[in-house]
Amino acid sequence: MCASPYYRMQLMICAGTGCMASGSLEVKAALQKELTKRNLQDDVQIIMTGCNGFCAMGPLVVAYPDGIFYNQVKPEHAPLIVEEHVLKGRIVKELLFKEPVAKDQVPLIKDIGFFGRQRLIVLRNRGLIDAENIDEYIARDGYSALGKVLEEMTPEEVIEEVKKSGLRGRGGGGFPTGLKWEECRKYNNFPKYTICNGDEGDPGAFMDRSVMEGDPHSVLEGMAISGYAIGAHKGYIYVRAEYPLAIKRLQKAINDAREYGLLGTDILGKGFDFDIEIYPGAGAFVCGESTALMFSIEGKRGMPRIKPPRSAEAGLWNKPTNLNNVETFANIPPIILNGGDWFASIGTEGSKGTKVFALTGAVNNVGLVEVPMGTTLKELIFEIGGGIPKKRKFKAAQIGGPSGGCIPLGMEDVEIDYESLIGVGAMMGSGGVVVMDEMTCMVDTARFFTGFCVDESCGKCIPCREGLKVMYDKLTDICEGRGQEGDVEFLIELGHHINSTSHCGLGKSAANPVLSTIRYFRHEYDAHIRDKHCDALVCPNLIDFVVIEDKCKMCGLCHKNCPSNAIIWEKKTVARIDLEKCTKCRTCITNCRFHAIR
Amino acid sequence: MAVIYIDNKPYEVKEGQSLLNACLSLGFSVPYFCWHPELHSVGACRQCAVKQFRNESDTRGFIIMSCMTPVEDGLCISIDDPEARQFRASIIEMLMLNHPHDCPVCDEGGECHLQDMTVMTGHVRRRTRFPKRTYRNQDLGPFLNHEMNRCIQCYRCLRFYRDYAGGRDFNVFGIHQRLYFGRYEDGKLESEFSGNLVEVCPTGVFTDKTFMKHFTRKWDLQTAPSICVHCSVGCNTIVGERYGTVRRILNRFNREVNGYFLCDRGRFGYEFVNSELRIRRPLVRDARTAEAQPANKAAALKRVAQILRKTPGLIGIGSPRASLESNYALRKLVGPDRFFAGVSGAEQRLITAILDSMRKPSVLSPSLQEVERADAVLLLGEDVPNTAPRLALALRQSVRVRPMTLADQLCVPRWMDHAVRLVVHDARGPLYIATPYRTRLDSLATKTLRGAPDDIARLGFAVAHELSTDSPAVAGLSEEAQSLAHEIAQALQGASCPLVMSGTGCGSMAVVQAADAVARSLRKTGRPAMLSFIVPECNSLGLGILGGGSLEDAVERILKGDAHNLIILQSNLFRRLDRETVEEVFEKIEHVVVLDHVANRCVERADVVLPSATFAESDGTFVNNEGRGQRFFQVMVPQGDVQASWRWIRDIADALDKGELAPWTSLDDLIADMAASVQRLKEVVRIAPAADFRMTGMRIARESHRYSGRTAVTAYVSVHEPKPPQDDDSPLAFSMEGFQGHVPPAVIPRFWSPGWNSIQAVNKFQSEVGGPLAGGDPGIRLIEPMENVEKGQEGAIVPEPFRPRTDACLLVPLFHVFGSEELSMLSPAIAEAAPEPYVGLSPEDADRLGLRDGNTVAVRWDETELTLPAKIMDDLPGGLAGLPHGLPGLSGFVLPRWGKIRAK
Repeated sequence: MCASPYYRMQLMICAGTGCMASGSLEVKAALQKELTKRNLQDDVQIIMTGCNGFCAMGPLVVAYPDGIFYNQVKPEHAPLIVEEHVLKGRIVKELLFKEPVAKDQVPLIKDIGFFGRQRLIVLRNRGLIDAENIDEYIARDGYSALGKVLEEMTPEEVIEEVKKSGLRGRGGGGFPTGLKWEECRKYNNFPKYTICNGDEGDPGAFMDRSVMEGDPHSVLEGMAISGYAIGAHKGYIYVRAEYPLAIKRLQKAINDAREYGLLGTDILGKGFDFDIEIYPGAGAFVCGESTALMFSIEGKRGMPRIKPPRSAEAGLWNKPTNLNNVETFANIPPIILNGGDWFASIGTEGSKGTKVFALTGAVNNVGLVEVPMGTTLKELIFEIGGGIPKKRKFKAAQIGGPSGGCIPLGMEDVEIDYESLIGVGAMMGSGGVVVMDEMTCMVDTARFFTGFCVDESCGKCIPCREGLKVMYDKLTDICEGRGQEGDVEFLIELGHHINSTSHCGLGKSAANPVLSTIRYFRHEYDAHIRDKHCDALVCPNLIDFVVIEDKCKMCGLCHKNCPSNAIIWEKKTVARIDLEKCTKCRTCITNCRFHAIR
Repeated sequence: MAVIYIDNKPYEVKEGQSLLNACLSLGFSVPYFCWHPELHSVGACRQCAVKQFRNESDTRGFIIMSCMTPVEDGLCISIDDPEARQFRASIIEMLMLNHPHDCPVCDEGGECHLQDMTVMTGHVRRRTRFPKRTYRNQDLGPFLNHEMNRCIQCYRCLRFYRDYAGGRDFNVFGIHQRLYFGRYEDGKLESEFSGNLVEVCPTGVFTDKTFMKHFTRKWDLQTAPSICVHCSVGCNTIVGERYGTVRRILNRFNREVNGYFLCDRGRFGYEFVNSELRIRRPLVRDARTAEAQPANKAAALKRVAQILRKTPGLIGIGSPRASLESNYALRKLVGPDRFFAGVSGAEQRLITAILDSMRKPSVLSPSLQEVERADAVLLLGEDVPNTAPRLALALRQSVRVRPMTLADQLCVPRWMDHAVRLVVHDARGPLYIATPYRTRLDSLATKTLRGAPDDIARLGFAVAHELSTDSPAVAGLSEEAQSLAHEIAQALQGASCPLVMSGTGCGSMAVVQAADAVARSLRKTGRPAMLSFIVPECNSLGLGILGGGSLEDAVERILKGDAHNLIILQSNLFRRLDRETVEEVFEKIEHVVVLDHVANRCVERADVVLPSATFAESDGTFVNNEGRGQRFFQVMVPQGDVQASWRWIRDIADALDKGELAPWTSLDDLIADMAASVQRLKEVVRIAPAADFRMTGMRIARESHRYSGRTAVTAYVSVHEPKPPQDDDSPLAFSMEGFQGHVPPAVIPRFWSPGWNSIQAVNKFQSEVGGPLAGGDPGIRLIEPMENVEKGQEGAIVPEPFRPRTDACLLVPLFHVFGSEELSMLSPAIAEAAPEPYVGLSPEDADRLGLRDGNTVAVRWDETELTLPAKIMDDLPGGLAGLPHGLPGLSGFVLPRWGKIRAK
């Protein structure tokens, strides 16, 4: 905790993209104004921190030294907080977090299930430091790992330590980081490069963004250590241009680090030169593939290529290149400081350490969580995530981004590590978890992810370029009621061809959403094709839009919300839908609490 | 060698090559798109999938791309495996989703690689029901038609155009399934190799626009092997004809010469054969000024005999664009001492010097294939991309030879194209270019030197002196030039296959001698030096071998009154000599007989004009710049009285009752006579099979076995099928009846094999895919170094440095791939691509004269004055000015020469 001798109290306001979008900057201004009005500006410090992780509940304010967690704070709450919390020392109850299941208010951040069950290594500084202030990072042991490495360790020892830790690539591939570094160190072809892959493009994933925005120095430090280990003096951070805040904060961090002599020539006076440059990507998902990423930095068309030569041998500008994910780099400083054995003690046998997940979809606590490897999916969704809202039932979780797979109800006991996920037809990917409830149509979901892959295929090899489009068109047909017998078999055959013969990782896994949904939800496909009915009531062409009289409680919610006045309802009568007027917008279905429309 | 198992049968193949290459070489039909024998493997199309098994007990196997798999001993694969077959069919199925199936109206139909591969994989039924994607096409200029809807996105066009041929104005745009291959906006493709896209594209995205104007299916074309006439490289071509007009030119694979590619001048220059300027009937003129009257063959010959009998003193002027045979026939008729090569004295001296140099011992004149393998190149004075484009393409490949070793070090097979290009990156082997102005190869050059021809020669001599002190030293060389010479000498010495290339482009003897000196000196250091010269025309060297005086010598004879009658063979003297001189000749001479195929100013002045056959209508032999004799064959029977020049000459001899001078009834007689009487041409008989050659008792059919309309086309005249024309000169028949299978390489009329209708059928004619043709590449080297002729460098004198004059500029020729060559300019497509005439000025001279781009200037020397727009060329050294060679109005003078330039 940043207990400071100068201030009586700190208000940590989250300045991650999520909270900023919900208005944390306005909250800050309002609090600032309120404090000044009461002449408390020297007593209470306001700190804008990196992403806190609990994005769904923003804007968030955490008051230290007590660690009181206020969520969904609005600017108009500022007088209340200052009056009650700051002046009178009373907790503002109405701004406290309510556990969705137990329904009780939890004042302390450490008691909230969402936070309490996490183990923070990568996100060790989250919500605790000002991302744009290098001193705060240093105060939390920042750059001491780099100092230790330069002071006490040879590059070989660094690699040995990383190997011992068992750290595997967090970008999804899961290749042991130590081995990668060792391979790259082997080649005596200079200059070498180390690249940080921040091209996080999966729908629903924001782990890397959070780290880059919230704790940019941890990435820089990790990169500098890797540069020292492999013998590189130049690093690139490839960040999506869609992350302007990340770019801004990384740039600030680089400038500050240079000023402090933590980057540039002769770092810490130990004769090691290392500098970092940011390369904003142009939004192509495939540029997250290592070889395509390097082509992109070279100014060429971002298309994956076949290895050999491997990047460690001939990568960027044809020089030995090491490429790691943001999260991987952020893991490095703690490993160096605490030792590989400490890291290896966390997690499962094959997968060590923790993993950050972006928990989204039909789950109460949407946000960023870091859990030890081996945590079960159930814990993730029901304990950390707080379960499914609106009393709906859990249906499936989609893990691993657009090319991951769906894990259905009944398999939620699976432990999250690299191997187990592959075993159930999903993959670790970069760590996006999309939770789906019973109101999710799996065919539609498969179509959504396939559509993403269609758009992001680089256009090189035929199975991915053409096959995915066929797959997407077929799924569209099925969703719109034009499905035919044999379509599912066709999709399976096509999916296997795409997966087994595409050129790069994107294509090799692009059929996973389709194949895994067919594997676990074949009945939904069959219902779409044979009965022309979507059980989840998602595909508009496959819904009857008829009120089930037995289930209708005559509440009239559907009537009130229908934008086209298509529902005929009077008090104490069963609603009826006028199909002439109905635009199939599904507003009635989402509003009906009794599943009375089919 | 390695043993691999394909469908459980062992085969012995070369280790390290790609599996696809090995399978195709063994004759297996494995479909492919993105792979090309010259562009190699990138693994984009996934079409060549086969199944690999880990070992004998492995029954499941896994699918691999054969183009990306190196051959290793014991490799066990299956092509026939059901899963692999199904996978290959599914790839075609995916491609067919958006392919428009417009084969009936597509120019590629019938010779489409995509069609072949579709049939090969067995995909027949569409299982999807979505609309096809469509594109907007581009206007890519006069050569190519663009139809993007047919595209299957194999990237071959891009890889050829950008990676192989170095073009910059063509690219792939877009992402995922919305890819677009084209230019960023409409316009002519800039690369002079764009025509190859017609053959490189596996389907009909890029088709030949000139062919489109008079389209015929491949199987309806009568085809014959031919040689390109538009520069001295002598690329092998296939000429296609139907109903008396030439329809198109295709590449004819010859590993040693053009390989898989042609330049656009060669591919699209053929239209002069169908030109309206063609002379189809003999013309007789009673007086010089009178209107020419058409005459029949007998009357014309009678008139010739009459003329030649009346006055004695006949001389003949040969031509570097006529065949060896025709030139020899003329020489025989008039006698060697009255035979003159149809080129200026300056050019004649250069050709003689080049021939001498080629015969000198130890230094080899390389084939184009060997140029591609050179690992250090010095280019002296020749604008290769414009004078011999196909050689420039070879030089483009040669700069990759040295960096290729980087790939070897990383154990990346050389055929793994994408990886190799990544490893090679921007690294280039040594290429030094010294020319008066910038060439399109400069962007690849290690260093370039801009200078007047004399300065270029001085650099050459300086390099020679660096290599061996036997070569004369160059006095007064600048320090800069000296260090460049030193660097070049080092580079050449450090190479295992160094090449010196030069030519007649500068019109400078000193440059030719300097190139010779470099190669000799290099040889003295023990390096295996290669020396390549580029000469002006398709048979310049052949004519050089036959000898004879220059045009100036002929003029002298005429003006002296020593000659009264003149036969001009396929030569427009107005292009080759100053106009005044030619006018003087026509004043002085009594009678002129011209044999030519297109109307020109000589034809307009002749007493008798005899229509001679073009390359498409006659057989003959050309000698290319390497010294390789190559035979071209008649593809069609000419209309009217058109016949080969040598036949006219024989008829003239007969008409003069001097039949013993020309006792030939067929080409073979003439060739045998020539081989017997010209010692250096004794190998000519071996170039191609004689006319009596038969395959299993049959002639070789010029028409394919699917040729249609044979009996119907003349049915409106007579329902009886006419007898096919006889061919006395070659073993080919003007018929679909005859041998259709594999024939000796020199007489392959077309590439076709069952199941392989596209040009890719060439795979089936090679000893191994990408290697030489089975039976050896056609052509015989006629000029070999001879050990017993040792001529030192006594003739070589190092020239003085160039000194600019204030009153005049040294006019040097500027070459244009489209425009500088005479015959191709008669083709509308080429003429459209040619620039307007201009005079190129250096910035210094333009400043001095107060001229800006586009100003009209007068260029004058002696009696000649040209009025031209000025073009400032920032790369031209001061004191030099350039005149585009051969553009309309810019012929009939010999360069370099001094000329005065002033604003007008």
